[in-house]
Amino acid sequence: MTKPQLSHIITSSSLALALFFSLACGKKPVSATANPFPESNQVQGWTRGDEIRTFPATELWKYIDGDAEKYLKAGVESTSTSDYKFQDKFDAVVDIYTMTSPAGAKTIFESEPSQGATTPPVGDSARLYEQSLVFRQGKFLVRIVAYQSSPLLAQGLLDLGKRIDDRLIK
Amino acid sequence: MKEKSDSSRRSFLRTCVAGAVGLGATKLAIPAPVQPDNAPKSKVVIARDPQLYGTGSSLDPVRVQKLLDRAMQSFFDLLDPIAAWKKVVRPGDVVGLKVNTIAGPGLSTSVVLVDAICERLKQAGIKPNDIVVWDRTNRELTRAGYHLSSDPNRERVIGTDDKNVGYEEKPSVYGSTTTHFSKLLTRTCTCMINVPILKDHSGAGVTAAMKNMYGVVDNPNDFHSNNCCPYVADLYMHSAVKDKFRLSICDMFTACYEGGPSFQPQHTWKLNSLMIASDPVAHDYTAWQIIERKRAEKGLKTLTAAGRPPKYIAVAADTQHRLGTNDPQRITLVEL
Repeated sequence: MTKPQLSHIITSSSLALALFFSLACGKKPVSATANPFPESNQVQGWTRGDEIRTFPATELWKYIDGDAEKYLKAGVESTSTSDYKFQDKFDAVVDIYTMTSPAGAKTIFESEPSQGATTPPVGDSARLYEQSLVFRQGKFLVRIVAYQSSPLLAQGLLDLGKRIDDRLIK
Repeated sequence: MKEKSDSSRRSFLRTCVAGAVGLGATKLAIPAPVQPDNAPKSKVVIARDPQLYGTGSSLDPVRVQKLLDRAMQSFFDLLDPIAAWKKVVRPGDVVGLKVNTIAGPGLSTSVVLVDAICERLKQAGIKPNDIVVWDRTNRELTRAGYHLSSDPNRERVIGTDDKNVGYEEKPSVYGSTTTHFSKLLTRTCTCMINVPILKDHSGAGVTAAMKNMYGVVDNPNDFHSNNCCPYVADLYMHSAVKDKFRLSICDMFTACYEGGPSFQPQHTWKLNSLMIASDPVAHDYTAWQIIERKRAEKGLKTLTAAGRPPKYIAVAADTQHRLGTNDPQRITLVEL
């Protein structure tokens, strides 16, 4: 693990530790209410991984390499990510992109093909696929992607997405 | 070693020039070839097995091994897969397998394929610990399903960010690229096999063999403007890359035609194939055609119309680079 990555790790086990890391890195402290990632079992069937990683715009390439460019052009401020597991079987990842304005989130959202998606009532606008949910809410763009497919996933993705939507600072 | 001569074996092969692949409704701008008329053609082999995933979502390791063997035998025109591997490596080589794991378990080089390659390398006389499976970071390797290892009795699996590795301190310069290479490339490995995956790329258009080299340097973020051109071609020109990579084996079991390089499962498809080439330009040109064909099938714009033409491919073939050919008339494509 690289030093910059380490500096952005916030363990879920201790809010105090998270606060310490954040202060040590000169970042704004992350309060419980500012954390949009639901804890394990706050959404039925979902358990969260141990850490939330946050990448400022200048380091987004370390997480998604070339994909970072389109988010930078749209005005990304930071990206936070955490792994999840659904029903102990399906691995997933949640990415939350914080843009400088709602227009940035809309730019990314609308640049992507909508073929094959349904449009559930999550956030300002959402697309649900068999293995993923993407939605925008204000200046946030949220992606939940499962690594396996199953008919069981769609409702789970929706439940998790709605809870994240509720926790985003509006 | 006996060369393949059985015509019945050959009868199921369909050999054609790459220009026939994936053009569909897509017209591509082809620059003038730089090779003379008598230059040898570059061979690209694509092997498919529709049953690669069996009835489930997991790859069948036995079928993957057979698919790899078929592809290698065809590429080297030999009946014995071990003999084919002996054309690539020699005992004493320290062989790096540069995988691509940045997109996580959904769209990374398959562990099953790497296991199959390792098996044949060992049978070709490479000691287990002289095989190094590597990528940018230990975290990405682990997330993609690889088990990190420094056990002297087995293959090494390690990221450049490991505390015992890192990047060269001295910068390397070629053309538009100034960078620091992974010590796994410059110091640990004596030769490399590129094991990329086939993906759409939001900047470069296509990522396959040459673009996978962004994972061997410390500053890939400096090389993404202008559709990654001429950076991809320039990066491949460094002797650390050009002189060490002997073969590309592209994992096309699941490929991505839109939304890449990140994993967006709604834009992936099971291609159930792998592609082998030693010419990285011919490899990537063929990869481009496959992506375009799928995009046309899905009713999407061409990559050029979408604002991300993979123009680095033509640059890699130009007179300044000569890394290979992007002329379909100079590519012999064998589809199994």
